[in-house]
Amino acid sequence: MTPITTSHYVVLSAALFLIGSMGILGRRNIVIILMSIELLLNAVNINLIAFSNYFGNVQGQVFAMFVICIAVAEAAVGLGILIAMFRNKGAVLADEVDLLKW
Amino acid sequence: MLDTFFFYMFAALTLLGGLFTVTLRNAVHSAIALIVSLLGVAGLYLMQKAEFLFAVQIILYIGGIMLLFLFVIMLVNLDEALKQKQFNSQWALALVCLGGVGALVAYFLAKGQGAFPWGKPIAAIAGAPTGNTQILADVLFRDYLLPFEVASILLLVAVVGCVFMAKKESAAK
Repeated sequence: MTPITTSHYVVLSAALFLIGSMGILGRRNIVIILMSIELLLNAVNINLIAFSNYFGNVQGQVFAMFVICIAVAEAAVGLGILIAMFRNKGAVLADEVDLLKW
Repeated sequence: MLDTFFFYMFAALTLLGGLFTVTLRNAVHSAIALIVSLLGVAGLYLMQKAEFLFAVQIILYIGGIMLLFLFVIMLVNLDEALKQKQFNSQWALALVCLGGVGALVAYFLAKGQGAFPWGKPIAAIAGAPTGNTQILADVLFRDYLLPFEVASILLLVAVVGCVFMAKKESAAK
């Protein structure tokens, strides 16, 4: 077996990013779109941690902590918007929200 | 050897969890698949000597954010959405685009494999940090104090904003 290198982590992170992007682009359910955004942020974090370990410093880990912090804020605000939207329009599907379309 | 096994195990958890998150019909099942995926990512953090982030991932992501998601899924009535189709009309186009992007990434990764300076085994690297939490705290509070404070303000704004938005309209007036 070949030993695990940083490029393994890069490939894994790219694959996870693609899966998450498919969730954002293809799904209709807004809750699942928000979950896909979490997947994207995690893919980025894997990359940051892998390079942090490779270069032997913790800057990447500090950055990953900020990314997690942003993810928390994003999830809270996104779900708050979702609840407000569900209350006003009764919609949880992304393509039902088309007030600005013509 | 053991490293290789654990890497592939965690990678499989991460990718399969992600795949099921995106494809499953029921949002609760998706959330549970996402928890599996996040656990896999936490394991990868542990393998990369990021013990503090491993704990943060478990406590904050799986304990905090996923709980929030599950509560919202329960609050929002998803029963009708369950019977409708789950992918929008442009999902085939999205798949084609992502296939293109994936092919591009795979091409460049394969092309640069020999030239990757980071293509050597991780275990061979000297000077890796020890005592992860202490080093992380040192760097965070010395070099990144301003971003840290800005992040705290951002979290405050997020808390106030989401309380304001989730509040009932009649209570606002």
